[in-house]
Amino acid sequence: MTQAPLLRRITDYSSRADPYPLYEELRRTPVLHEEEGGPYVISSYYDIKGLLHDPRISSDAANATAVDDEFSAPEATGLPPSFLRLDPPEHDRLRRIANSSFGPPHRPDRIDGLRGELGAIVSDLLDGLAGAERIDVVDQFAYPFPVTVICRLLGVPREEEPRFRAWVDPIVAGLDPGNRDDPGAPGPKAAQEARVQLGMYLAGLVEERTRDPRDDMLSDLVAGHGPDGAMSMMEVLSTAVLLLIAGHETTVNLITNGMLTLLRHPEYLERLRADPGLSVRIVEELLRYEPPVQLVPQRTCITDIELRGVTIPKGSRIWLVLAAGNRDPERFKDPDRFDPDREDIEHLGFGSGIHSCFGAPLARLEAQVALAELARRLDNPRLAEDPPPYRTNAVLRGPRHLTVDVDGVLP
Amino acid sequence: MRLVVDLNRCQGYAQCAFLAPEVFTMHGEESLVYSPWAGDEHREKAARAVAACPVQAITADGLADPADAPAGAGRVASDAR
Amino acid sequence: MPAEQFHEWLRREGRIVVVGASLAGLRAAETLRAEGFTGSLTMIGDEPYEPYDRPPLSKAVLLGMSAPDRTDLPRRREIDATWRLGVAATGLDLAAHRVRLADGDEVPYDRLLIATGVRARPWPREEEAQLDGVFTLRTRDDAVRLHRRLKAGPRRVFVIGAGFTGSEIASACRHQGIAVTVAERADAPLVGALGGVIGSVAAELHRDNGVDLRTGVMVTGLEGDSVGRVRAAHLSDGSVVDTDVVVVSLGATRNTEWLADSGLGAGPRGIACDAGCRAFDFRGIVTDDVYVAGDVARSPHALFGYQFLSLEHWGNAVAQAEVAAHNMISASADRRPHLWVPAFWSAQFGVNIKSVGVPTMGEEIMITQGSLAERRFVGVYGYRGRVIAAVSFDNTRWLEFYEGQIERGAPFPVEYPTMDRRPEGRKPVPADFPDPSLPTHGATVTLSGYSPADRRLVFTPARH
Repeated sequence: MTQAPLLRRITDYSSRADPYPLYEELRRTPVLHEEEGGPYVISSYYDIKGLLHDPRISSDAANATAVDDEFSAPEATGLPPSFLRLDPPEHDRLRRIANSSFGPPHRPDRIDGLRGELGAIVSDLLDGLAGAERIDVVDQFAYPFPVTVICRLLGVPREEEPRFRAWVDPIVAGLDPGNRDDPGAPGPKAAQEARVQLGMYLAGLVEERTRDPRDDMLSDLVAGHGPDGAMSMMEVLSTAVLLLIAGHETTVNLITNGMLTLLRHPEYLERLRADPGLSVRIVEELLRYEPPVQLVPQRTCITDIELRGVTIPKGSRIWLVLAAGNRDPERFKDPDRFDPDREDIEHLGFGSGIHSCFGAPLARLEAQVALAELARRLDNPRLAEDPPPYRTNAVLRGPRHLTVDVDGVLP
Repeated sequence: MRLVVDLNRCQGYAQCAFLAPEVFTMHGEESLVYSPWAGDEHREKAARAVAACPVQAITADGLADPADAPAGAGRVASDAR
Repeated sequence: MPAEQFHEWLRREGRIVVVGASLAGLRAAETLRAEGFTGSLTMIGDEPYEPYDRPPLSKAVLLGMSAPDRTDLPRRREIDATWRLGVAATGLDLAAHRVRLADGDEVPYDRLLIATGVRARPWPREEEAQLDGVFTLRTRDDAVRLHRRLKAGPRRVFVIGAGFTGSEIASACRHQGIAVTVAERADAPLVGALGGVIGSVAAELHRDNGVDLRTGVMVTGLEGDSVGRVRAAHLSDGSVVDTDVVVVSLGATRNTEWLADSGLGAGPRGIACDAGCRAFDFRGIVTDDVYVAGDVARSPHALFGYQFLSLEHWGNAVAQAEVAAHNMISASADRRPHLWVPAFWSAQFGVNIKSVGVPTMGEEIMITQGSLAERRFVGVYGYRGRVIAAVSFDNTRWLEFYEGQIERGAPFPVEYPTMDRRPEGRKPVPADFPDPSLPTHGATVTLSGYSPADRRLVFTPARH
């Protein structure tokens, strides 16, 4: 009897609810290379961290020699790559310009100033659930919340969400390496087309903002107030596509994984109810324990590199399994225990190095506010289904629905 | 509360400057300048900054509210509205 | 008493004295308690303040983000110590195990930790140094005085010495729109610490930020007015700069004079100790009850040919204090070596400058990422065919990779490709450090020779 390769078992949908035993198996071969032309899979904490800071590891699709990789599909027909898929100096320039409309030093108060609004959006959503006895945390809360926030931040009309969601879904599906084995899934071509469509949609908004700037990131991206000047129109669009998608597709998982984890560990739900300040540590531990981005499948080495006695040849694809590194017993004591009280939570949940999550501070605040309020307002919440049904995506992993029975929603 | 940042560890991720801009500021792209002392009114934000540091470079004392937990809890809750 | 019992007794009821109540002293005391030391702990400091942090004094404080007297170090834990603050240690009796204090007291110890650090080197001509408006910047009191004067809106600040501290002071002044002249005897700022290639980038940084930078000159004299206020600085090129504030930033002197006749291997270059932080006596024999940590220590490092390194680095003070504290109360088999890879930072003109390793050993440098012209780069220093140090300007996230290269003794030149390698980075160039026999004041790592008992006076360069 031969078992399917480990990597295929990990990307297989049947392991979505609990991939952690497979990650443990993965760590036993810290540099795993199962198939000719397949990726080198890295799973231990220190190796991942090392490669995230290694100037020989590229994020630029153009450096990947493997042609069967949908990530390296030429994007010339569509938008230019976003800074996520670029190396310095281009990555640095675009990220600096994007940051000048988002955070310090140019906009130190953008995210901090959003705190009141985050609370108001959360309150509205929960008020809307008054009288409910069964709720879907995903559809009724964890999805609409970050969508509303990123729309507000970028300057995309919230009511057009059904429209852009039709493009976002195939793009996100295209990020799932497991997709390749599923003939029914939207292919890379569909993802490319959706990306172009979404870009064209955003182009309309960008044009409006060029004429009539407002206090939102699209306006700032177009204007380019920082020392690096402005982006080209195409760069603005590919950045906006990235921010719109990354701004909610990951946060929905962080919040839902968080609520699921708290319902499985009711003592922390109880403590959070009594002390909303605990949400800070809970979110950090969640980023370790159930990270919303499980792995980074987009790196390539630009030269042969040696790791643990294995030579990874130039041009190889490298997968960094952040979620496996986060449970590495060489790094964390008792790694499979959810423990917000642990003193050392230096997790890889947002990656590390120059590509570390752009929206991390926003995601943190959103998840902190969301979980604290869910804990406070849901009366006697109980999981209706455990495990819940998961989204297909192996990279952006999280429940598709999270059905919770409640005795009511408190004011 | 007293604060110190191990700037050897700091890699300029600026999470602290996002979350507690009254205490932590970025001068240029990646150099952090911070106030080594923060008043009570910034304690809750500073606690978020300390927890969020991706390289765990910030040491602070007096993070817990001496006026006991419920007071601190109330402050967070009111921020959330 | 058998050794094992002795250490048990020591941990339980021994007397530990820490001379130097700053960063290293505090972190050592905390480590002692954290590791279960329950005996008596005495902290002796010549300044009247509890431990405070110094790097903010030339950054956040001068930028107006922090009051100069509000930089106290946070505590990691209670240390339950007897504090003797505002009284300097004046002598050490090794045989009797006693520290003498300026007020005549004597404090007995079973274990002693010396962490007396360094002080600012004053302007050498005393009558000029006494002029009103002439400052150094090292202590809290220095910062209070300088801060007050800068707030009063001086016409021009004149900084002597473009090492890290001098550059940071100039940067803070420019940030507040104060006119600044910087005089440096080398050809560029930071040359002593990072070499001429990097120094030329630093020079542009100064000039682009409106600093009147004068290099290759010496200050020949400071001139006062009739009531004793400084009013001008005279330079070796014959020029005269009108100024009402002078900041002398000529590096530091190690606080070892109080040990002059103690028999310890202490001198102007610091106190020699082994890799376990145990002090050598002047004969080169290691003691077992006197330990050293922080800026005042110099110890051999395996990665750098077992040369004795003096490190004026914040991170070294912390790491060495922790090792020293651990070793003080541990049996020999449980002791740890202090093998910290030197690491350093400075923030000036909105640029984050960091280094790892020992740049001053570098013979050549190559820019492996980014570009000097853009002031965003990583430079790698090579010494006898291996990587010995790296420096980054606004590129800190790559530095830990190069730290690994240093630890591994990776070959130099760096042949493998790296992202964002420009044509200028394909070949190494001379790192262009000044002749080490000439005085400079920019280095933060000093190679201080092999002989622990060597008491020859040499120029000892400075902290940022």
